[in-house]
Amino acid sequence: MSSAADIVERLKAGERAAVARLISWAENGDPRFGGALGALFERVGRGRRTGITGPPGAGKSTLTNEFTGLSRAAGRTVGILAVDPSSPFSGGALLGDRIRMEERTSDSGVFIRSMASRGSHGGLARAAIDACDVMDAFGFEELLVETVGVGQAEFDVMEAVDTVVVVLCPGAGDGIQAMKAGLLEVADVLVVNKADVAGAERLLTDLEDAVSLRRRAEGAWEPPVVACAAGRGEGVTGVWEAVERHRAWLAVDGHLEARRARLRLAQVRGAVAEGLDGRLWRSGGLDERARALLAAGETPYDVAAELLSAVSAGSVEPEEVSGS
Amino acid sequence: MSANTDAVTPVDTRALWGEAMAAARLREASFTTLSGDELQAVYGPADVELDSERDLGWPGQFPFTRGVHASMYRGRLWTMRQFAGFGTARQTNERFKFLLDHGQTGLSVAFDFPTLMGYDSDDAIAAGEVGQVGVAIASLADMETLMDGIPMGEVSTSMTINGPASILLAFYIAAAQKQGVDPSAIRGTLQNDILKEYQAQHAWLVAPEPALRMITDMMAWCSAHAPQWNTISISGYHIREAGSTAAQELAFTLANGMEYVRRGVAAGLDVDAFAPRLSFFFDSHLDFFEEIAKFRAARRIWARKMRYEFGASDPRSWMCRFHTQTAGVSLTAQQPENNIVRTAFEALAAVLGGTQSLHTNSMDETLALPTEKSVKIALRTQQIIAEETEVPHVADPLAGSYFVEAQTARLEAEAEATFAEIESRGGVVPCIEAGYFQREIHRSAYAYQRAVEAGEKRVVGINCYTEEEPDGPPIEVHRIDPRVGEEQTDGLAALRARRDDAAVGRALDAVREACRGTDNLLERFVQAAHAYCPLGEISAVLREEFGHFKEPQIL
Amino acid sequence: MTERKIRVLVGKPGLDGHDRGAKTVATVLRDHGMEVIYTGLHQTPEMIAEVAAQEDVDVVGLSILSGAHMALFPRVKSELAARGMGEVLLVGGGIIPPEDAEALEAQGYARLFGPGSPTEEIAEWIEARMSERLAGEGGRA
Ligand SMILES: Nc1nc2c(ncn2[C@@H]2O[C@H](COP(=O)(O)OP(=O)(O)OP(=O)(O)O)[C@@H](O)[C@H]2O)c(=O)[nH]1
Ligand SMILES: [Mg+2]
Repeated sequence: MSSAADIVERLKAGERAAVARLISWAENGDPRFGGALGALFERVGRGRRTGITGPPGAGKSTLTNEFTGLSRAAGRTVGILAVDPSSPFSGGALLGDRIRMEERTSDSGVFIRSMASRGSHGGLARAAIDACDVMDAFGFEELLVETVGVGQAEFDVMEAVDTVVVVLCPGAGDGIQAMKAGLLEVADVLVVNKADVAGAERLLTDLEDAVSLRRRAEGAWEPPVVACAAGRGEGVTGVWEAVERHRAWLAVDGHLEARRARLRLAQVRGAVAEGLDGRLWRSGGLDERARALLAAGETPYDVAAELLSAVSAGSVEPEEVSGS
Repeated sequence: MSANTDAVTPVDTRALWGEAMAAARLREASFTTLSGDELQAVYGPADVELDSERDLGWPGQFPFTRGVHASMYRGRLWTMRQFAGFGTARQTNERFKFLLDHGQTGLSVAFDFPTLMGYDSDDAIAAGEVGQVGVAIASLADMETLMDGIPMGEVSTSMTINGPASILLAFYIAAAQKQGVDPSAIRGTLQNDILKEYQAQHAWLVAPEPALRMITDMMAWCSAHAPQWNTISISGYHIREAGSTAAQELAFTLANGMEYVRRGVAAGLDVDAFAPRLSFFFDSHLDFFEEIAKFRAARRIWARKMRYEFGASDPRSWMCRFHTQTAGVSLTAQQPENNIVRTAFEALAAVLGGTQSLHTNSMDETLALPTEKSVKIALRTQQIIAEETEVPHVADPLAGSYFVEAQTARLEAEAEATFAEIESRGGVVPCIEAGYFQREIHRSAYAYQRAVEAGEKRVVGINCYTEEEPDGPPIEVHRIDPRVGEEQTDGLAALRARRDDAAVGRALDAVREACRGTDNLLERFVQAAHAYCPLGEISAVLREEFGHFKEPQIL
Repeated sequence: MTERKIRVLVGKPGLDGHDRGAKTVATVLRDHGMEVIYTGLHQTPEMIAEVAAQEDVDVVGLSILSGAHMALFPRVKSELAARGMGEVLLVGGGIIPPEDAEALEAQGYARLFGPGSPTEEIAEWIEARMSERLAGEGGRA
């Protein structure tokens, strides 16, 4: 058992285990996390945050690994967060993204952390932001967040980053599917990976058409569509340059500040929602009240209205969460 | 004169049986194949659609369903080939001589992991693994020791190695030359089946494409210089041991075989120049009839593919000749003597399936390296089948069995469906890169494990008829002397000290050149062998030039 | 994101490529609600320990079938300790003769599972040990 102050000192002293432990605290909603992050917050904000999302098997980990290589060659350290979905049946997860990045394990300038989505109310985005903040505070310069773009929870992870790279490939996720899934809306850079595979050309033009047809506000960023074959290390520099162009765009006219403000709001919302959730339902006894009212024959909305007014009247007295 | 009055009023005997069956009380058990497929209680004429001329032929005739030789085991028994190798080349050489003295007819070399992965015994990554599961062969010098006193022009040797297979073959060729034996006289088999390494066994050196080039180079060289050498033993064994079903083993193995043929043809070789030197290696598991059907289906599918799809015209190109090993995964560490019985059934299935050679596992293989005694019992098991059961006298004795023919046809149909699936995913190499095979195998392994733990599949000593195990290993276990590693390392150091460094440098440069160009790589490896280049140094050049292969993430 | 999940690293040290058992166990642990990081094949002890540290796992499970366990398992243990991971619950599986298992247990391995161990038993054993530990830490780490 270590205290927040302890772990903050260890992180400041450059101990990587402290980074790992703090991310665990963030994941588990440990009450010590808030204090620790607060003590580190002045160190947060220097790292450049890039998200890599897209359908399963599109090549996200391969591309993340390539980005890491480019950053390392440029002398920059890299912190990676790889998010994979939890099993809806067991709540467990198999986290295997780092296999593709195995060569980085022995590089002390790279830190890789796997995170399971745990499928809970917006908490994932909060935890991802927290994890980036921790790596940022440690001093990692490039922060890469990989997540599979399948569900809303995974989507929300992209709140944690400044630049969203959407990776598609021929076959698995064609242009239309990507549009349906809303991937185009979140993309700052669109990548057609596996350019060596048949159908890549077609996907590229489909995406270019889709992007050019979209309505866009004056001065808004138009996502470039870039092809690469990450598996062969081909065209990756071009993708990275597109990321850099987006960063240059972010740097002017307050774009980055707007993004970061949104990110912080998401973090606060996540923390509040989880906090309320825990207090009201777990320790506030709302569960029992609801059960009782329902058993007494009230309709769901009547029960909800009653509970809401009780909460605003302050008649729900949550016990203080112990140990914080 | 009305002995046959029943014929006047025909009864539907099938329907009668059905009624009796419906009324019968059945045991609480799952009546499925080992892979979990539902089985009928009995098979009849309606279950097989068989054109005997087209689908069976006769032994030694297309499509070889009934065996590759006309006389089958009346002509020659299968080769009894026990896999051996441990510790140093010297120790394995002694074991070989012991086995040859006891009537074994072929040699089979197992290598340790550093050798299998192309690392020298003194590489840091080899720590603790030298000589553990096979013999360490780090250079021509070790190969000379391994074959010392064994006439290389007379024995047939099988070498179970894949990633660096070409390099080990080069050591073997060079050792033979040093004995005064020309490559044209060497006989044996190299496993050299790299595709199943990516799929199942996971000992590779470089990425699939350059690995396949090494193989086509070898096929070209051997068809010109070592025509009696079997260049690839296309192996289902490891696919099965990794957890696949019989149907997957069959389909994936043959798909790999066809891929090698495609590559050979694409490299400009005449299919009939190399296809006769391809052979196969299957597992023989405990599902007795499914295994027999698998062997028969393998021959039929291969013959049809080679003749009709690849246009081979030499009947030897159509023949699926194969080695079989009993299923290591079927053995249990609990009550290990029972493994003798399991192995005997599996060996019998292989013989009934018409295998060309056979390895029977020793009862203690799940514990460690087998002892001399258990190896001998395993060999005796084969000899009992050969000499006492009278089984070998009749070729393909189960042909025409409704059940066996139905199973054979089912496996063939399933294999065809799998070939189509692989094709639709872009072919064998893209499927490897995407983890298709690996994922399929994992799923089957997982399903089987669940079935055993749920008691749906019964394993004696594991989930039924269990016993309290005595403390300590119930049988004597053969251990590798930890000094083996030191001995190997010292040997290598001495070799590096006495070799001609300039010649080594030149030989490695020639290898590098060949990687970048089109020179035959095996040719260059043989030269490097003669210069006493160690395996690890040659492999390092290949890794630098050809790049690594990263396993796909499949979980 | 407030539940405490058991995080497990399943690692394959050494050169052997037999990952059937490791993958099956990894999948079973997932089915028991654990978060499992699978390292892939051919890992050195240093790599395994480094991954364990970055992932802040509770449990490290090693699988080995090459006979090199006495060379590799103690090294994983010491590499973990060097990274401040000395407390991690360390288990192993594979072909490990009883006297080797005893020696490894004396060195701090919590349990060695032999061939044929039911995967359910492995999962339940880990769950039981972890719930003892977590109770000892007041429910969180
Ligand atoms: N042909 C081709 N294959 C590629 C390329 N890039 C990646 N792949 C392959 O695509 C597969 C998936 O790659 P990953 O990087 O694991 O993909 P991912 O999007 O991270 O996958 P998940 O995390 O499982 O969703 C692997 O088998 C890669 O080898 C490429 O440029 N060309
Ligand atoms: Mg990935």
